[in-house]
Amino acid sequence: MARTLTFEIFRYNPAIPEQKPQMQCFTLAETANMTLFIALNRLREEQDPSLVFDFCCRAGICGSCGMVVNGRPRLACQTKTADLPERIILLPLPVFKLVGDLSVDTGVWFRDMYQKTRSWIHTKKAFDSDQEEERMDNAVAEQIYELERCVECGCCIAACGTARMRDDFLGAASLNRIARFALDPRDERTDQDYFEIIGNDYGIFGCMGLLACEDVCPKHLPLQNQLGFLRRKMGITALKQLFRKSSCAS
Amino acid sequence: MYTHNTDLLVIGAGLSGERIAVEAAQAGFSVICLSIVPARRSHSSAAQGGMQAALGNCALGENDHPDVHFADTVKGSDWGCDQEVARMFANTAPIEMRRLAHWGVPWNRVVAGTSFYFKGGEKFEKTEAKEKAGLITARSFGGTAKWRTCYTSDGTGHAVMCTMDNKCAELGIAVLDRKEAIALIHDGQKCMGAVVRCLRTGRLETYLATATAICSGGFGRLYAATTNAIICDGGAAAMALDTGLVPIGNPEAIQFHPTGIVPTEILVTEGCRGDGGTLLDVHEERFMHIYEPQKAELASRDVVARRMLEHIRAGHGVPSAYGEHLWLDIRHLGDEHISTKLREVDEICQNFLGVDPRTQLIPVRPTQHYTMAGIRTNKTGAAYGLKGLFSAGEAACWDMHGFNRLGGNSLAETVVAGGIIGRYVVDYLKNTDLCFSSALVKAELARQQERIDDLMASRLGKENVYAVRKDMQEALTEGCFVFRNAQGLQRCVHILKEVLDRAGKIGLVSNGLGANHELGAALKIQGQVRLALCVATAALARTESRGSHNREDYPERNDAQWLKRTLAYWPQDNLAPKLEYEEATPYFEIPPGDRGYGGGSIIPADAEKIAAKTMQNQE
Repeated sequence: MARTLTFEIFRYNPAIPEQKPQMQCFTLAETANMTLFIALNRLREEQDPSLVFDFCCRAGICGSCGMVVNGRPRLACQTKTADLPERIILLPLPVFKLVGDLSVDTGVWFRDMYQKTRSWIHTKKAFDSDQEEERMDNAVAEQIYELERCVECGCCIAACGTARMRDDFLGAASLNRIARFALDPRDERTDQDYFEIIGNDYGIFGCMGLLACEDVCPKHLPLQNQLGFLRRKMGITALKQLFRKSSCAS
Repeated sequence: MYTHNTDLLVIGAGLSGERIAVEAAQAGFSVICLSIVPARRSHSSAAQGGMQAALGNCALGENDHPDVHFADTVKGSDWGCDQEVARMFANTAPIEMRRLAHWGVPWNRVVAGTSFYFKGGEKFEKTEAKEKAGLITARSFGGTAKWRTCYTSDGTGHAVMCTMDNKCAELGIAVLDRKEAIALIHDGQKCMGAVVRCLRTGRLETYLATATAICSGGFGRLYAATTNAIICDGGAAAMALDTGLVPIGNPEAIQFHPTGIVPTEILVTEGCRGDGGTLLDVHEERFMHIYEPQKAELASRDVVARRMLEHIRAGHGVPSAYGEHLWLDIRHLGDEHISTKLREVDEICQNFLGVDPRTQLIPVRPTQHYTMAGIRTNKTGAAYGLKGLFSAGEAACWDMHGFNRLGGNSLAETVVAGGIIGRYVVDYLKNTDLCFSSALVKAELARQQERIDDLMASRLGKENVYAVRKDMQEALTEGCFVFRNAQGLQRCVHILKEVLDRAGKIGLVSNGLGANHELGAALKIQGQVRLALCVATAALARTESRGSHNREDYPERNDAQWLKRTLAYWPQDNLAPKLEYEEATPYFEIPPGDRGYGGGSIIPADAEKIAAKTMQNQE
């Protein structure tokens, strides 16, 4: 039986500040294999071309289309309408700056994160084009890739209790980034180096352990394990530091 | 006026764009990269399969060499490529893969010992050498003599994109997202940057640069069914064409992928077939071996795409609400293989089809996939027609792919070409001083603002941009797909000319303020239709079949007449493209021969001419 879907969509265009944010209703006849990608594009092309939302790969690979669907942050492109009730409420991800309607500025947020976490391999070795590559155990490569799978959609940040309360909290995506480099034998940074980035309240010790981040991650990253791993690692680093300080003092 | 100055402006922050940016930044030049989306969301990240490079570390890649890779590439191109460029590419690829390893790419590595693999549905055994353990490994991919495709699980593009973007962050390169270039600033001789629309505010900005590189990817979105991301819409290629000075090389050279899922056209990687997946028809029986006894499912992708359509036309397709399709079967690869090596494929099936590929068949059919066509450049990546304009990656026709590119060669091209061209860009920056004319900049900015004002006020007409775009996509898909003939192409050109007329009469339905999508679509539609006309017109003119360009009325590859490259220009105020031609390659390292698969006879070129252009072995 074909359903008629009702979409309630958050509307606000910052270019027209005098218009207050509001929810707008649209109806659409559901078709087979419909995803929110198909539905939203049909709404824009057939009903209201001013509707703003983001899609890019439409294949769950790029992370562009994070939004809150019936109360839960998720990727719109891989949300099938058949899995939703007839009434679908769409809101932009919280925490991030609003671009318009359902579109938020994850780009600037994540570029800032690369600088905060210093998201690159730190090595003193120079590349030598005549040399064979440095060897790596395949299992280690696969473990690194496992954490590299983050698509920076922002769902884990939007679902995070701490991130909602404090703007400077790094959040699961950033902590996962640190875990990725801590795992990589090519990165010469020490635990102490990582401690300086995340050994504080806006880093690993700000996490309240609610773990909605893992619940909503569309790539099913093992965020809970990574947060636990970093917390232990940083806890030990802190204790060592404390011990070193007290032994210096005596 | 929001004006920015930089040594190098890169339009498109995918792999090739960022690779050029890194090269320039390391040489001490200032760089700004502009991208419609945050860099890591670029279409580069969607390439699952891998990058070809003749490292020869894995057992089935033993004794591989850039010579073999070069030969595969030239054969794959159906002798349409520039052999000097293909040689540069094949020789540089292994170094670039090792460089990426140094920068942080978690390449899969050789694991010593005996393991199994599938080919054509059969199980084989291989043994990896102990002394190679831990080196970069490779997998099999369509159309290659050796296992040569370096990969990271099934997210190679994503993983390399992360590393490249990390490198840009490390070097402090300004990578700005939600910025769309809409016009080049030039004086008829030199390119000086671009007028850019900010996709956050809708505001126009100007970026002035000594060198500008267009690395905006392909233009699959000219077609109704494509595996390409939404952003691969040809906007930047059309912008170059709009200058009237820069040609599109081989616009008719468009590749189609055999396995887009039905209905959403999302690509499932060729790795499925490389790893032993098979194609089945309505009777759930294999058929590829009937057409291609040697390579079966592993034949080059245009051959597979063609054979699939042929088999559907012969009445063996599976009927569905979205038209006929065939089945891809990977059930026999098993849970472990599907859960690890083909995880993205598994996710696509589950998330977008509700299909479990361990127990169910995947509905697939051929769809537009890759544009060998692009902004024509010389071997240094410098665009024809305007000094200071460069292009690389899928956006460019460099031209190592000719009329068909091999799986794993496009993703490799992004970084290999990016590195090579990046070094030429650095040379250019070192040797060039540029005077900017503020009058020229203001005039271009005013011209673009006027276009926006016209669209917002519907001054030129009331055509709906989405309706016009749909008609363009359908015309091209109907008349200029895998199989082509004069009748269909003439009709296609005729329809597109009407569509072009309507594209000049767009009026916005919405107010166009702020981050408005309709305005963005309206600004590029004329350029897109012109690009589509280049594709169809060039396809009509090329009266032969070569690589992915298949003319039903001219099934032979005609080396006597068509060993050349199309250059499509769009002179200002023209209603149709102007086609010119040039020699496909400055010399032959491998003279034209049989590419060894796909069938079709060859009309040979004059033997003396070929001999005169063929390199003599240095012995």
